[in-house]
Amino acid sequence: MIWFITKRIAYAMLILLGVSFITYLLLYLIPADPARQIAGRSATAEVVANIRHQLGLDLPFYQQYLRYLGNLLQGDLGRSYVQRSEVAALIGSRLGATLQLMAAGIACELVIGIALGMLAALKRDSAIDRLLMAFSFIGVSSPHFIAAMLLLYVFAVKLAWFPMGGYGGVSHLLLPAITLGLLGSGWYSRMVRSSMIEVLHQDFIRTARAKGLTRARVILRHVLPNAITPVIPMIGIDIGIFMGGLVVVESVFGWPGIGQLAWQAIQQVDIPVIVGVTTVSAVAIIVGNLLADLIIPFIDPRIDIRKS
Amino acid sequence: MAALRIFLTMCRRPSVAVALAFIVIVVVASLLAPWIAPYDPNEQFFEGLTLEGAPLPPNATYWLGTDLLGRDLFSRIVYGARTSLIIGIVANGIAVVIGTLVGITAGFVRGWLGMALMRLTDLMMAFPALLLAIALAAILSPSLWIVALVIAMVNWVQVARVIYSETISIAAREFVAVERTIGASSLRILFSHLLPHLVPTILVWATLGISTTVLLEATLSFLGIGVQPPLPSWGNIIFESQSYFTSASWLVLFPGVAIVALSLSFNLVGDALRDELDPTLKGRR
Repeated sequence: MIWFITKRIAYAMLILLGVSFITYLLLYLIPADPARQIAGRSATAEVVANIRHQLGLDLPFYQQYLRYLGNLLQGDLGRSYVQRSEVAALIGSRLGATLQLMAAGIACELVIGIALGMLAALKRDSAIDRLLMAFSFIGVSSPHFIAAMLLLYVFAVKLAWFPMGGYGGVSHLLLPAITLGLLGSGWYSRMVRSSMIEVLHQDFIRTARAKGLTRARVILRHVLPNAITPVIPMIGIDIGIFMGGLVVVESVFGWPGIGQLAWQAIQQVDIPVIVGVTTVSAVAIIVGNLLADLIIPFIDPRIDIRKS
Repeated sequence: MAALRIFLTMCRRPSVAVALAFIVIVVVASLLAPWIAPYDPNEQFFEGLTLEGAPLPPNATYWLGTDLLGRDLFSRIVYGARTSLIIGIVANGIAVVIGTLVGITAGFVRGWLGMALMRLTDLMMAFPALLLAIALAAILSPSLWIVALVIAMVNWVQVARVIYSETISIAAREFVAVERTIGASSLRILFSHLLPHLVPTILVWATLGISTTVLLEATLSFLGIGVQPPLPSWGNIIFESQSYFTSASWLVLFPGVAIVALSLSFNLVGDALRDELDPTLKGRR
């Protein structure tokens, strides 16, 4: 057990190291001249050389990378070209709002996905099943910005049930969270449907029914817990797709999280901020997957961690 | 003949038949855009705006209305189909080629190179595809081909993982071992046994991947770092008119419907292809 956890954490560390290398490439190697970008167009050669020295761009390649890695470990993501402040501070001040929306969005995804998947599995091959699966297909084929604008138009502009966006209480949170939930639920509902159909056909379910348990009890106590275990590792994988959706949904609804920060940075070509948000998201994905891997053996004792 | 039979079975599902029809319409529209579009997509009509300078809703002259500059929306959507398809096919084509090469190398050649390639795909999986694409597009300053390249660079990972596990499972089967014992070279096994078995998987992913690509292009264009105006793309039509969508909703609605319909169509066809081509799935639905 301890060996498995250590190995898994060590691998996550290795991937994090790889992530830092790629973000380093994005920040300092691909752009034509980062020092020139920071200094601005009208800067003299002397100023540019000065900034280059400050950033360590005159050092050999591996030293530059080690320096970047050292900064990263101290939580320093570099400086924004446009806003003239620390990227880490910009992200930090918006992290709370994003976590709020993430929690609400993932909750929506799971509730909608599991409920629809269950319903479809129980009504297998009926019109309801086909309708729900068609819905999940449309969900996974729609870009977030279209769904967000559509919901905003119908529920905020036409019906005026919700505010037009911005930061605030539950009424502000609900519409963006539902957008993320509706689009993300497609994968979950398909997965829950197929795993539930599989569980429904197993012997122990027939036994449970035969010993006189009600249908509702069998489904809630015996089928559901077994059918939703594959959902847990899925959440870890899903965080990646979710973070992408967050950029779009936050910018459409004006939710002041790191997604909106990224969107503003895109409009101003503020690369350190974009790369900073990418780095933070990658860390979130790695940690999410790690947690899912570590939690799953406790929930499902059939999974043998020595094999994986 | 087998291909025709599969095609006909797929068409028996009404949803797939509609999806295929829509794909054909989009392909024809993008090939014949100059003949189908009633106007030049970049011409700004004086009478295409109201006296106050607002865009016109759908009417007899401009079937889907006009945009903020008084350009015909229908013509822009027809030309936008070109952009979406070119990027869909080119970007996804590159992604499938890279993914297949990486997957086969890692699964069949193995060794340190295979190990390194799989660790690289693990690493790429740690990045949110959209954010990585955004970062790359922002750095490389977008054009049509750069956008296609950026999408290919983030989309090959999925293909590589699928092809990798397929290759491993095929290479472990007995007929491959038999071939080896009768002295077939690795290259012969690769080209006359492995690749033919991989074709169905590659085909399925080549179709499903176009859906993802269309969505990614639309999203990048919507964020302003995809295809750059005045070249029309369905995503950048919405990008240009997003702040007016409460008063001119058709500017978002029509290109939006086009994006969802195209992506949905490729998803449906890809899914049906998988059902037809993957024998292990037969009867399990």
